[in-house]
Amino acid sequence: MGSQGGWGQSKEFLDLVKSIGEARSKAEEDRIVLNEIEMLKRRINEPDIPKKKMKEYIIRLVYVEMLGHDASFGYIHAVKMTHDDSLLLKRTGYLAVTLFLNEDHDLIILIVNTIQKDLKSDNYLVVCAALTAVCKLINEETIPAVLPQVVELLGHQKEAVRKKAIMALHRFYQRSPSSVTHLISNFRKRLCDNDPGVMGATLCPLFDLISADVDSYKDLVTSFVSILKQVAERRLPKSYDYHQMPAPFIQIRLLKILALLGSGDKQASEHMYTVLGDIFRKCDSSSNIGNAVLYECICCVSSIHPSPKLLDSAAEVTSRFLKSDNHNLKYLGIDALRRLMKVNPDIAEEHQLAVIDCLEDPDDTLKRKTFELLFKMTKSTNVEVIVDRMIDYMISINDNHYKTEIASRCVELAEQFAPSNHWFIQTMNKVFEHAGDLVNVKVAHNLMRLIAEGFGDDDEGTDNQLRSSAVESYLRILSEPKLPSMFLQVICWVLGEYGTADGKFSASYITGKLCDVAEAHPSDDIVKAYAVTAIMKICAFEIAAGRKVELLPECQSLIDELSASHSTDLQQRAYELQAVLGLDGHAVESIMPADASCEDIEVDKSLSFLNSYVQQSLEKGAQPYIPENERSGILNISNFRNQDQHESSAHGLRFEAYELPKPSITLRTPAPAPAVSSTELVPISEPTYPKETNQAAKLSTVTDTGATELKLRLEGVQKKWGKPTYSTPVPSTSSSNLKTTNGVNQLGQATLSSHSRDVSYDSKRPQAEISPEKQKLAASLFGGSSSKPDKKPQSTSHKTSRLGNPASEKPQVATASAATTELAPQKTAPVQTPPPDLLDLGEPTVGDTIPSIDPFKQLEGLLGPPDVSSSTNSGTVSVTQPPDLMALYGDSSLSGVSSSISNLVPTNLDSMNLVSSSSSAADHGGSKVALSASLKKGPNPQDSLEKDSLARQLGVTPSIQNPNLFRDLLG
Amino acid sequence: MIRFILLQNRQGKTRLAKYYVPLEESEKHKVEYEVHRLVVNRDPKFTNFVEFRTHKIIYRRYAGLFFSMCVDITDNELAYLECIHLFVEILDHFFSNVCELDLVFNFHKVYLILDEFILAGELQETSKKAIIERMGELEKQE
Repeated sequence: MGSQGGWGQSKEFLDLVKSIGEARSKAEEDRIVLNEIEMLKRRINEPDIPKKKMKEYIIRLVYVEMLGHDASFGYIHAVKMTHDDSLLLKRTGYLAVTLFLNEDHDLIILIVNTIQKDLKSDNYLVVCAALTAVCKLINEETIPAVLPQVVELLGHQKEAVRKKAIMALHRFYQRSPSSVTHLISNFRKRLCDNDPGVMGATLCPLFDLISADVDSYKDLVTSFVSILKQVAERRLPKSYDYHQMPAPFIQIRLLKILALLGSGDKQASEHMYTVLGDIFRKCDSSSNIGNAVLYECICCVSSIHPSPKLLDSAAEVTSRFLKSDNHNLKYLGIDALRRLMKVNPDIAEEHQLAVIDCLEDPDDTLKRKTFELLFKMTKSTNVEVIVDRMIDYMISINDNHYKTEIASRCVELAEQFAPSNHWFIQTMNKVFEHAGDLVNVKVAHNLMRLIAEGFGDDDEGTDNQLRSSAVESYLRILSEPKLPSMFLQVICWVLGEYGTADGKFSASYITGKLCDVAEAHPSDDIVKAYAVTAIMKICAFEIAAGRKVELLPECQSLIDELSASHSTDLQQRAYELQAVLGLDGHAVESIMPADASCEDIEVDKSLSFLNSYVQQSLEKGAQPYIPENERSGILNISNFRNQDQHESSAHGLRFEAYELPKPSITLRTPAPAPAVSSTELVPISEPTYPKETNQAAKLSTVTDTGATELKLRLEGVQKKWGKPTYSTPVPSTSSSNLKTTNGVNQLGQATLSSHSRDVSYDSKRPQAEISPEKQKLAASLFGGSSSKPDKKPQSTSHKTSRLGNPASEKPQVATASAATTELAPQKTAPVQTPPPDLLDLGEPTVGDTIPSIDPFKQLEGLLGPPDVSSSTNSGTVSVTQPPDLMALYGDSSLSGVSSSISNLVPTNLDSMNLVSSSSSAADHGGSKVALSASLKKGPNPQDSLEKDSLARQLGVTPSIQNPNLFRDLLG
Repeated sequence: MIRFILLQNRQGKTRLAKYYVPLEESEKHKVEYEVHRLVVNRDPKFTNFVEFRTHKIIYRRYAGLFFSMCVDITDNELAYLECIHLFVEILDHFFSNVCELDLVFNFHKVYLILDEFILAGELQETSKKAIIERMGELEKQE
């Protein structure tokens, strides 16, 4: 099509792209781009630039930005280009501004008026361009300016416009849900639009609306089910097929919606059972897209009210996913298993070996998904194995974000299912040791509380055992270098409370250790504070027990150091310690009772113990105390402060608008006379862009299609200069977790991968050879049941899956023959289902006349006044399809042949990957060849030769750096 | 919802970047750098999905080009993987046997095609024929 015979740009631009492509280093590239920027800055401001040239400049600006440089000097020119009358320039202008500007950019206000005008254009391509811009550029404040027009476009005669209008409204909903809630009936109506594209697009806003409020849309269940049924029965035009699946992307969206609607609703769910069963049966499981639909089906089945029959089908598909050699399918299988387990906890048992394979896979993504599954299936019987695995993995990764997550999961599981105190302490030690500072502070506090309170049963003995095992393990761990701060705090606290409790260790030994901790972390004030307080506790317990306390010399020097510390907190603690040392046993026992960390401290808020002292003072003639609120007449300090605050707030930012803008009544009228409603923009924009506005004004007198054109109508756009608002912060992907490094530990991975290669080889051999180690692991994970039920189906499926996907395993030479065998089942497949043939032309009409009621009409009846256009139903749509399309998809034998050709000419390893990764590459190749043939294009090799020679004429040669430039992407 | 789409070659040069959520310029560069690092060295046998901060990247390699899409954690991975393939099929049809060079010199047209395919972060049109027809009408203007 457009690309043939040249790229349509000037030599200059091609040279730029070429030189960038050949740049040897980033520095060289930057130099070229900076030169280009200088050049553009100079030229773009020259007077009387031909429009075509200007368009190229704008595209070059886009290119410069794409390479990561700032092109903001040219934004205004892109904005101006959107004002142009020519569609081509307008489209380029819109494209550039949508790429350059975020919704809160100051220049947007200059485009809103253009957008408003373009939305009313007679040329639907102009309307489409404007709607595309609306989706990107209109923010919460400017929605009212375009909303009425966008709503009106829902009834436009061109389906492309209706579709984009729906998407724009969906965007508005995301920005500001309240702005479109009154339009829900419009969405419902568009659901029965006679164009499948519009219907499919309508599912986007409906999905959002339904997930926000399920109950208001229950009446749509039957409609969605009947649409899904029609889609699955291939009633939509063939052009929506993808790899021989009928409109799979629409099916997936419908399934997502049904999952929402059927969740916890038996009646609604029962409506869906038949169609879900049909999809399970019909879906082509040999293609990626077929599996995508199947996976969505499983998600739906596990979410709605359970149906045993459907759950069986779901389990069957899941086990096929798990047994596949394809990692993507395994991944989906694990996720499906996790979902199904919520309904049927026993289902995982059957797949234990597959799960373990995934757990040991070198692919991090798969591994993490498996951990997610394990986390869900942890019981007290397998908690030890699972948590050990998780900790091992946690130690091996560098990705702090995930490390934090997996650490908190370990803690959660350990707290919930710990089989013994000893194990619990050991596990927590490991978590703290390796992910210490990433763990939530709460976890540390929980651990301390748990050690203090014990496990809740009244048995003091086990609690003491827990404590002494904690103390012992901490004393051991303290000898290790580099412990995380949070872990040290826990250790100090526990040693202080319980270090000497069981009498195993002497006070001087423990205080010595605590001094070491404080000395080893001179810069960590919190740890030092914990250590000092712990020493104080130990000493206090000793004094209370009537023993003499001899401070170690290093302990004394620590106290001396801390009493002169910069931190007042540390100073206070040191002085308190010294004070405690000077007290007698009795006093100490009442201020520091042993093992009383769980006791409630009663606070005497009224300070009643001072009553006698107050009484005495009063008798001696002291002034009685006057509460603060009664003191107002005397010297009102607090009032002063209040006034002060008031004053300062008056000087600060004013949050009220200076005056209320006029209510935008014109919004409701469909086409307001522009001259009346316009407001001059000039005074506002002049200070910032005086030159540009002047130019614009000149232009307007020249073209003179109406003086109002270049003015900005501001009805409904009130907020920009009204209430000030802050720009919305950058959403979720914020810089806070930016530091996460790639979670792959290169070294570890290398060794891991070689190891697990062996493992996966193992799994391919007959089942008998499964290593006993793995079986043991499986047994411990899955509650000791043997892997007997797994054996038979797995071994057979391995055979079939190997047959199904030969390209990925065999060397190149073998692929040609392998591909042909692979083709065989696929070729026969369409014979069973109605062949996508010319015969199909008649079929939909037959199918449509037989059912007495047209389903789309049924929908109309459901949803309100009948739409005239929608009376042409889906049947007629498929009939009126242009016959050439039929030819494109029709001739299956041709596509079969050509696809085998395309498979026989594998160019290299890369393209082989492509073939193997898209299991239906064969079909695709077929349709592609058929398509290109019908459009009278040259055969593939000729095309690329032409392209190659053209490129060479232009002086672009594939360099060593990137030999791929000329390779067809689809191989 | 799709957060952004990136086309990068093996060296990490951005061939196309489309963001459906507002990001600062510096943030965009960081994202492009990180995504490239995440996908470029993955074993071809591995899954085509990688976790990325609180989202996930679905990527696919075609010759020397990586097509990456950042989607929500709840989205159907395989469907988006096929969505990438459908996009490549559309490009392939439009440019007749698309190669990286086509995309390098015609990046603005690739953006236009993308606008017909995905709008506001959602799949807008999944019929290849409809998209090709629309592009044909735009091309006629030139």
